[in-house]
Amino acid sequence: MNKILIIIQKEYLTRVRNKTFIISTFLLPVVLALFIAGVIYFATHSSEKTTIAVNDVSGDFANNLKSDSSQVTFVYDKNITADNFSANGYKAVLIIPKYDSAHKDTVRLVSEKELGLPTQEYVKSQLGSALQKKLFKEKKFDKDAVDSILQTSVTDVYEFNAYKQKEGKIQQSNFWAAYGIGFTSGMIIYITMMIYGMMVMRGVMEEKTNRIAEVMVSSVKPFQMMIGKIVGIAAVGLTQFLMWIVLILVISSAATAFLSHDALQQVQQATHNMPNSGVAQAGDATSKISEFTHAFAGTKWILIVFCFIFYFTGGYLFYSSLFAAVGSVVNEDIQEAQSLSLPLTMPIVLSFVIMTTSIYAPSSNLSVWASIIPFSSPIIMMSRIPFGVPGTVPWWQLGLSMALLIAGFLFTSWLAGKIYRTGILLYGKKPTWKEMLKWAFRK
Amino acid sequence: MNILEVKNLKKYFATQKAVDDISFSLQKGSIFGLLGPNGAGKTTLIRMITGIFYPDEGEIFFDGKKFHPDDDAVKIGYMPEERGLYRKMKIGEQAVFLSRLKGLTKEHAIQNVKEWFVKFEMQSWWNKKIEDLSKGMGQKLQFVITVLHEPKLIILDEPFSGLDPVNANLIKDEIYNLAQKGATIIFSTHRMEQVEEICDHIILVNKGKKIVDGSVAGVKQQFKEDLFEVGFDKIPENHASQAFEVIGTKDKSLIVKINEGYTSNNVLQFFIQQNIGIVSFSEILPSLNDIFIKVVEGTPLARQFQPLTA
Repeated sequence: MNKILIIIQKEYLTRVRNKTFIISTFLLPVVLALFIAGVIYFATHSSEKTTIAVNDVSGDFANNLKSDSSQVTFVYDKNITADNFSANGYKAVLIIPKYDSAHKDTVRLVSEKELGLPTQEYVKSQLGSALQKKLFKEKKFDKDAVDSILQTSVTDVYEFNAYKQKEGKIQQSNFWAAYGIGFTSGMIIYITMMIYGMMVMRGVMEEKTNRIAEVMVSSVKPFQMMIGKIVGIAAVGLTQFLMWIVLILVISSAATAFLSHDALQQVQQATHNMPNSGVAQAGDATSKISEFTHAFAGTKWILIVFCFIFYFTGGYLFYSSLFAAVGSVVNEDIQEAQSLSLPLTMPIVLSFVIMTTSIYAPSSNLSVWASIIPFSSPIIMMSRIPFGVPGTVPWWQLGLSMALLIAGFLFTSWLAGKIYRTGILLYGKKPTWKEMLKWAFRK
Repeated sequence: MNILEVKNLKKYFATQKAVDDISFSLQKGSIFGLLGPNGAGKTTLIRMITGIFYPDEGEIFFDGKKFHPDDDAVKIGYMPEERGLYRKMKIGEQAVFLSRLKGLTKEHAIQNVKEWFVKFEMQSWWNKKIEDLSKGMGQKLQFVITVLHEPKLIILDEPFSGLDPVNANLIKDEIYNLAQKGATIIFSTHRMEQVEEICDHIILVNKGKKIVDGSVAGVKQQFKEDLFEVGFDKIPENHASQAFEVIGTKDKSLIVKINEGYTSNNVLQFFIQQNIGIVSFSEILPSLNDIFIKVVEGTPLARQFQPLTA
């Protein structure tokens, strides 16, 4: 026991004091913050102003194309053609032939340099709304009135809530909150299993290629060595996570302090001016945050935090011992490691893929079974739990899933220990999966 | 008293009998040579003694009691042939870490590491990393790490490979020193001249079996071929005799092999009777190298792999 502690300590300290650890721990939140700042910057200061001359033969569109001060300015001039627009200082010319309902003519947007998709889309949408306006006018409708009717949503008039009825009690359904918690925790578990599982594998490979393995196993049991490494790296992972959380909190509170209210409004404006873009969706999501925070109030935090810690540790232990076993059988060759670890990364990736669909249907058959089988349960169960225990996840499912995960990691660490013991001292040829299983099951 | 006793040890792998019924015992404070060609089963034997492998059959007694890897591993220092250390870890910390795994407390470990670093003039290495060291320096460090925790039994697999003569001597002296202080040393090698120089007792294994066992002098006696070198004023012309055969001439001396039923005195008598001036007379004992080659010859050096039927 004491020896395992010494190994844990060594694995932890050498990693935490490593330059790459320090750099990645501090750099990641900074890079993330810079990325977000960059997105905001480019959303508010849109790249380039484009002045487009409009050659409108019929005059139907004149003054109905709205200029967007930050992006596109329309100037109406019938004398500008495709031949002379650049000489007159325009980036592009928009040539609109006379509207003829019988014949489909071509509207041409001519430029010297590629205008870029957002500008093209903007011109198109402006043409569309100008056309609508013209048609409405012909039919004697007021376009603005029609627009306001079309934009009416049920929530303008009513409040809309989904309820779950359970045991006579009616609960407000908080899909988005559950979705948010479930997806985030599933994602975190996925990343942990991948990154730190790989770290365990590389650590074992390092011991093997540096030929320290034999020196070590003459003092400690291979199993102690493996467990020490796995737990040590888990502690490294937790440290890194805690530091990230602290750093992200610090940076975001600093950012809100520095970002003026104006800038935030500008972001909102920019997102509204760019329909169909990802930024608009993000803006949409932010408007949901108020719903979110409201819904969070009804969440069982203690259960969720407990389950998160359980599945986080369980999933890591389940996979990392297998990663250690793979690390023990490969030699210097990185490709060998990749091909041998593929059977381990596949189920992890697959469970993440399943989660992206199961989170929309947390009670479907696929979700239920995937959340019970230990190969995928850490990610999938964690994505289901926020939808409610025992509502969406009955107690028996949670219990069975936890029991199977415990049994699962006891089994994988036993199996991995057997493979590790033989593999760590074996140099030269790469063993097959069949041989590894033979080592595992002999006495 | 025997520090180590190995009885009928066997370890079979899927394709070969790595160790096939080997027994020997080892006196406390002796320097013991474990010899054998490549692939003879030396490493497997050592791995069983260090508790890395469990024997299929047979027993090991350590310090009078049945060998228990969990408890006894800390009393053994093992320097494997495939040696290595953590490349990215500071040397001082590494030495302390490894000796703590061998049961020393942190304070004790630090103290021992410091003492040995002073002894081997390695004080400036503490904060360096293995990747900064040359191969020979690494070797020296590995030796220090092996003996840091004051083991009762020290097992060294090819300890001198890659060392220059100065450092090889340094370690050789240290081996004598440790033996004098009561540690027992197992020395595995196929460099015979070193064995001859250092070891009290040897065993030679080949193909998993023990072939030779005894003191260096005893083994030499066992394999002697009754060869003598006789030095003269001038080489005698007539040297045909029933008592011996001349195998070779060297400058002013003859190498003779005494025939069965005769002794060295018969040889001397023969030359004295002819009134030939004898300058020197000495027995030629085989070198361990010769014995090794003689014993191992005829068997393929690398063992053939054959599936076990039994």
